[in-house]
Amino acid sequence: MRRLLAALLLWLAGGRRKRREAEEERERIVAPAPKAPAAELVVVGLLFCAAAAAVAFIVFYAIDGLRGHTQWFGLAFGGSLGFLGAALIVWSKKLVPVEEIEENYPEPEHPEEQEALHRIVRESGSPVTRKGLLTAAATAAGGALGLAALTPAVSLGPVFDTSSLYGTPWRRGRRLVDQDGKPLRVDDIAEATFYTAYPEGASQDTVGAPLVVVRIPAGEMALPADRVDWAVEGIVAYSKICTHAACAVSLYRKPLFPPTAPRPALVCPCHYSTFDPARAGKVLFGPAGRALPQLPLRADRRGFLRAAGNFSGPVGPSWSGVRTKGARS
Amino acid sequence: MIRRTIGFVDSRSGAAPFLTKALRYLFPDHWSFLLGEVALYAFIVLVATGVYLTLYFEPSLGETVYHGSYAPLRGMEMSEAYRSVVDISFDVRAGLLIRQTHHWAANVFVAAVVLHLLRIFFTGAFRKPREGTYLVGLLMLMVTLPEGYLGYSMVDDLLSGMGLAIGYAVAESVPFVGGNLALLLWGGPYPGHAAFESRMYITHVFILPVLIATLIALHLTLVASRHHTQFRRTRRQSERKLLGVPMFPGQAPRSLGLMSCVAAVLFLLGGLVQINPIWQWGPYDVAQSTNGAQPDWYLGWLIGALRLVPGFDLKIGDYTLVPNPFWGGALFPLLVFVVLGAYPWVERRISGDRSYHNALDRPRDAPGRTAFGAAFLAWVLVVFFAGSMDRAVVAFGLSYAAQVWIYRAALVVLPPLIFFVVRRICRELQRSEQVEQEQHRAEAEARAARA
Repeated sequence: MRRLLAALLLWLAGGRRKRREAEEERERIVAPAPKAPAAELVVVGLLFCAAAAAVAFIVFYAIDGLRGHTQWFGLAFGGSLGFLGAALIVWSKKLVPVEEIEENYPEPEHPEEQEALHRIVRESGSPVTRKGLLTAAATAAGGALGLAALTPAVSLGPVFDTSSLYGTPWRRGRRLVDQDGKPLRVDDIAEATFYTAYPEGASQDTVGAPLVVVRIPAGEMALPADRVDWAVEGIVAYSKICTHAACAVSLYRKPLFPPTAPRPALVCPCHYSTFDPARAGKVLFGPAGRALPQLPLRADRRGFLRAAGNFSGPVGPSWSGVRTKGARS
Repeated sequence: MIRRTIGFVDSRSGAAPFLTKALRYLFPDHWSFLLGEVALYAFIVLVATGVYLTLYFEPSLGETVYHGSYAPLRGMEMSEAYRSVVDISFDVRAGLLIRQTHHWAANVFVAAVVLHLLRIFFTGAFRKPREGTYLVGLLMLMVTLPEGYLGYSMVDDLLSGMGLAIGYAVAESVPFVGGNLALLLWGGPYPGHAAFESRMYITHVFILPVLIATLIALHLTLVASRHHTQFRRTRRQSERKLLGVPMFPGQAPRSLGLMSCVAAVLFLLGGLVQINPIWQWGPYDVAQSTNGAQPDWYLGWLIGALRLVPGFDLKIGDYTLVPNPFWGGALFPLLVFVVLGAYPWVERRISGDRSYHNALDRPRDAPGRTAFGAAFLAWVLVVFFAGSMDRAVVAFGLSYAAQVWIYRAALVVLPPLIFFVVRRICRELQRSEQVEQEQHRAEAEARAARA
């Protein structure tokens, strides 16, 4: 045990240095630097700290039900890396010879090699007599092959047929249901709040499905003449998907403070396009380029809300080439 | 031992001459030269943490019901993708550390790339013979943005879904082919085919990372083959003569120390500072959205642009040619990258300077470039800050509509103003330096005359 300790001390004191120093007496490549035993000890200390923190990470990992484990993991692992970084920086500042070496930048150009390359290319082509024709043929082969290689990508989606973008699950007579499939009645719809509705018996997970339904206070409704019968007792329904960038229109600005606040509006929280539910979804503010598509409503004899047809225009954001009149079922 | 290892390697590979040169490759010294290294090391952390995440993430939109240990979501229907990320956050030990570190590393990576780009621009490091290096770097930034976007989009939480909806609308808005393009990429009308999740996944974990790694390799090869640029700090440095610290033993411990410190900061952030707590947003549903949503910082300029553009679609009668999101979401970033990419050639055209440059300009040495760069940066930054208009409503009570007009005005007024102010500052700095030099010379002459 004592001999082991003695050996360790000798090792720490740098006993093995002598032999190596003798070797280095020859002409050096790396500039000489003074010894810095204190800095060396700092580096050793930091490296041991790094090791200890890394072990701490493993210990934390092994403990079941450690409170705030993510924080401890981060502290231990990040701390270990931090100690390692500190050790390396002390090393680079104190234990590395200061060398600032001069060197010429590489020659920017190699005229001889350039000439040789040119000649190799030109001379290799000397048997060719119909250069233009060959180039055209090679271009045709390369281009056609590239096109053929890209062709399977067409299967990714219905790329040539954009008609599916017009599709919605709404049609005449379809009942409006809530998220859980419960049909909505005229009496369920209160003023000053909004409801999300879906078509009965259809997928809810398409841009054509969700509606925002609001009841406009009596006297504030101002639908155009051809849509007067699209509302039921002041209840109107619009596509819930913004015509600007496909986010859900999920803010209903209702006039909480009548003297100052503007009139009720549907607002998209992505880019704040604002639509007027009392005026056929007209854009009041924001980047949207067209009104929210309106769904004509009617009430059946038992008081359930039903669609009286499809939307007034294509739902969702505009795409290049969209014709803005009419959605298709 | 060292000698034997070297002997073994050299006799099998013949690499000794190359390695000798590599170890003594010179790095000129300036703190700003480390920005690119920070980006490189953040990328390494991204790959390391990302590999762990792929072992747990399930890129599937298959429906499932949550039964994990986060009580508020229990019993809720969600996709496998979202469920697996909630599990990584709560039920995989150290999963949250790795996920948050990955997210922080992405933010730091793009930030370091952008700062590095600014350094390159304002010191004229892009000039001949380094235009290729510059373009590769710019391309890398262009790839990095969709890479980050896909990373947080494939989680399928509410915020990622809102981001995808906007991405879909931008794809649809491309003139003539938009509708076809969106259907091709998404596999059907939004929210698209279930396979869209796998498409995002393979692009995020394989295609774009491999592309970025290839571009990094190309970038570093080009840097090394032309050697680094340098500031003229001493008389020994010139356009033809490089002064620097050798890779080994000078630069290596310093650079590895930087790597450890970057990784340390990222893991400390990942452990101590919450980022993107997806369990609070809930699963995505096309009919839901939330107010006050913000993308990761590096897409802030795009949301700002989408919000500032006036509300119109370009229509010919009933036919929509260019839907609104195109201007802010596609044309604006394209324009920014085209201007940046063309700049080295434009500057050469204007200045007529076709010579090689290894010595860097200080910003004041090239007043025109610095002024243009500052004005252009201001232009992009105005749009960037416009992305947070809704937060300014909450924080400062400013009217949103008023802010829109203020920012639109700033877009027109600020860049020219900054151009002239910055150019003036650069020229004044140059002039005061000349005065100082003349003063020194005069004093030296006076001293010599007295002696």
